Amino acid sequence: MDLFLQTLVAGLLAGVMYSSVALGFVLIYQASGVFNFAQGSMVLLTALTYVSFVETGAPFWLALLAVLAVMVVCAVFIERLILRPLANRNPMVLFVATLGLSYIIQGAAQLAMGTDVHMLDLGIADDSVQIGNLSLSKFDLFATATAIVLVAVISFVFNRTRIGISLRAVADDVVAAQSIGIQLPRIWRIVWSVAGFVALAAGLLWGARQGVQFSLTLSALKALPVLIIGGFSSMPGAIIAGLLVGATESLADFYLGPLVQGSVSTWFAYILALLFLLIRPTGLFGERAIERV
Amino acid sequence: MEIEPSLAAGTAVVPPRSRSEILKRSAIVALAVAASLAPLGLSDYWINSILIPMLAMGLAGVGLNLLMGYAGCVSLGSAAFMAVGAFAAYNLLLRLPVLPLPVVMILAGLIAAAVGVLFGLPSLRIKGFYLAASTLGAQFFIEWLFTNFPWFCNYNLSLVITAPRLQFFGWNLRSPQGRYLMVIVTTLSLVTLAYSIIRSRIGREWIAISDKETAANIIGINVGSRRLLAFAVSSFYCAIAGILWGFCYLQTSNAFSFNLDKSFTILFIVIIGGTASILGNFIGAAFIVLTPIFLDLAVARLGLTDYVNIGVTTNLQRVLFGVMIIYILIKEPNGLYRLLQRVVTSLFSQYRRSSAV
Amino acid sequence: MRPPSSTASGAFIAASSPNGIGSNEVLLETKNISLAFKGVTALSGVTFDVRKSEICALIGPNGAGKSSLLNVINGIYRAQSGEIVFDGRHFRKMTPIDAARRGIGRTFQHNELSPRLSALDNVLTGLASRGKTTSCENAFRIGRDRAERQHFLALAEKVVAFLGLQKHVHKSVSTLPYGIQKRVDLARALVSEPKLLLLDEPMAGMNQDEKQDMRGIVSEVNSRFGTTIVLIEHDIGIVMQLAHHIVVLDYGRKIADGTPEQVRNNADVIKAYLGENYGRD
Repeated sequence: MDLFLQTLVAGLLAGVMYSSVALGFVLIYQASGVFNFAQGSMVLLTALTYVSFVETGAPFWLALLAVLAVMVVCAVFIERLILRPLANRNPMVLFVATLGLSYIIQGAAQLAMGTDVHMLDLGIADDSVQIGNLSLSKFDLFATATAIVLVAVISFVFNRTRIGISLRAVADDVVAAQSIGIQLPRIWRIVWSVAGFVALAAGLLWGARQGVQFSLTLSALKALPVLIIGGFSSMPGAIIAGLLVGATESLADFYLGPLVQGSVSTWFAYILALLFLLIRPTGLFGERAIERV
Repeated sequence: MEIEPSLAAGTAVVPPRSRSEILKRSAIVALAVAASLAPLGLSDYWINSILIPMLAMGLAGVGLNLLMGYAGCVSLGSAAFMAVGAFAAYNLLLRLPVLPLPVVMILAGLIAAAVGVLFGLPSLRIKGFYLAASTLGAQFFIEWLFTNFPWFCNYNLSLVITAPRLQFFGWNLRSPQGRYLMVIVTTLSLVTLAYSIIRSRIGREWIAISDKETAANIIGINVGSRRLLAFAVSSFYCAIAGILWGFCYLQTSNAFSFNLDKSFTILFIVIIGGTASILGNFIGAAFIVLTPIFLDLAVARLGLTDYVNIGVTTNLQRVLFGVMIIYILIKEPNGLYRLLQRVVTSLFSQYRRSSAV
Repeated sequence: MRPPSSTASGAFIAASSPNGIGSNEVLLETKNISLAFKGVTALSGVTFDVRKSEICALIGPNGAGKSSLLNVINGIYRAQSGEIVFDGRHFRKMTPIDAARRGIGRTFQHNELSPRLSALDNVLTGLASRGKTTSCENAFRIGRDRAERQHFLALAEKVVAFLGLQKHVHKSVSTLPYGIQKRVDLARALVSEPKLLLLDEPMAGMNQDEKQDMRGIVSEVNSRFGTTIVLIEHDIGIVMQLAHHIVVLDYGRKIADGTPEQVRNNADVIKAYLGENYGRD
């Protein structure tokens, strides 16, 4: 039983990481209807940029600011060169465009900063802490706390500030929002910058955990099943689904792994998502669309 | 009942015998003939490093194109079906040596088709983007399957498969020319079949489904069964492409040769070359195959070989592909094929104008 | 029984004469159909009959549930209660492809033609449910494929000639004028020789001349082929000329059901339309 709990909790904490990446996806999807495949590459970009700055001796806060600046610049470029020309095309086109974008970001980031693995040290030791019968990693707890703070900040921004309300207006009805004077390009730039900020949080956490390298992009792909289960346009959905995926993946690895002599985590989340789709096509919290003819 | 000649001449999926249509068909036939005779004139390098990979990837592109451009389902797992084809063929050649090569290829294709239908079943309930996610699942699952169960590669220590024998009626096909023969014959036959499918009821109904799905249902098209057929056919094509890629090009391959990056590459081929155009797939494949070669040449020409390692060219390639994709999507959504078509037509009209003077 | 001719004045006579359509057998019956989405009631206890070879018009203010009713008959929406009887068979639920197989054809308010196909190809897709060849035969052009292709082309030719679309057959539908597209949509529905034809606002977006043309076509389809027709139409003038039988819906409920003459004088109908200018278009 203890072992079960231990695996479960470890999975939940890993799930926190998934949730944080998924949040970035949801933000962009809600505001611009685009599934941003490049979110994963953005995670890599932020982590790499941060690490490069730190390695040249810059202090923590400077590196952070630098990364944020980079992400804002990226958001402006993306809006200008990709979102605007493709504004009225169907979602699949935009999705493939973000796929292209992810290639550009990965390639450019690694061209600029090299392909070696970098270690990322956030100053938090990976010791374990005993809570009851469970032994938890300090780092994981820190990651969870960060994620909670992140969600709280984003919820606050969305619900209490003017910008946040504009973002929600755009998410609800693009045309209506425009008709009351909300400027779409500006909104998109803001949203993509915020998504960049979320990517940074995820990038730092994940980079600290497994080193900053190309595989970060692949880990971000895990967010896709999370979104499917949670619904693409729901932030609470992304969080809960992230935890769910993390937990079940961890348990599956633990219990099924020995049966098949390997780890099943590369594909387990996807099969889970598939099953969910068959039972509940719009995810736990998504909206159901009715097609009219 | 007398059928009006104008009706029988064809449908817009095959427009009637207009001038440009005849021109296009002659061009395709000419290309096919040239491709068949290629080994006589070209060096081994050209055959091994350019033509064979181009044709194999082009064929994979055709497979994905039939699914995406005609039946309208996005798949991010085409490379997985290439893997199924390669591994199935390997095991068949190994364990049932009595079977001749073409039979092995067809059987491997059918196995992949069955797997394709299995992973395509969700398409009966979910659409578009979510379906893409499920194909990603297929990609990861199949990659995992071939990496974790050594039986598939006959317990080879490095998990690789090598073609046990490639021969047809006693002719050894191991040489570059032999392998090329295998590739070109296979590709030409399958491309012919693809054209036949597109021009039939099947192609028509696929397009109707991808354009207006609800209406297609109402007018009586069996959307579910047509979609599954698209998955089956697409997987079959990808499987054959996988055999060509694994045995005729790489000659030694493993599950990683058919990884996610490869699936994306195939997707890029379809988009860059032009969806809903078979010739376009080969143009796209040419782009994908030639770009790294040009990059290497450029680096060598500029004398930068010492400063630039393989990581740099790979990343440069990534950026180039990404830029190309976005450019195509914005400027010419019908791909390089349409771009080339426009260039050729404008050249022709200029020629006609100047010769009319 | 031979269907009576449906000329403009014939419609009234036929419906009310004892040997007219009124005594044909019933082809379609809807019994107590109720449909609701997300708490909004679209249809409520709708019951009516359609007899063979009659033209039945569904009219009513916008949002009355007419399209929803058509969608239920087609199998796109599943009614929460009630049943449908078509051609003697009872259905609690129907799938769209079943409907097509049983001989229910449909046109769409917005045509819903496939833009990448030619007019002829669009028409040919209407024969999808009548195909008997397997995919293998289609792909490799063996077996019954050739005979089926010729048969389909013959059927398409018949319908193309009937609707005067010969000039447009090979053109991509996105290049065709709206009125021609509507005919292609109709051709697609007719090519499989359906028993019941559902027309969703066949005259939408047309001027008076075009409307009269379409009215003539609908009338001829009914008189020449004996096809039973249910149509949704807003132009009351046309409806009065064309239909044998009118069903009026308002807020998802049936408020009148009878011959054009009966419906015209019905107080409830007049009340439902009060304040609306109809006949101006």
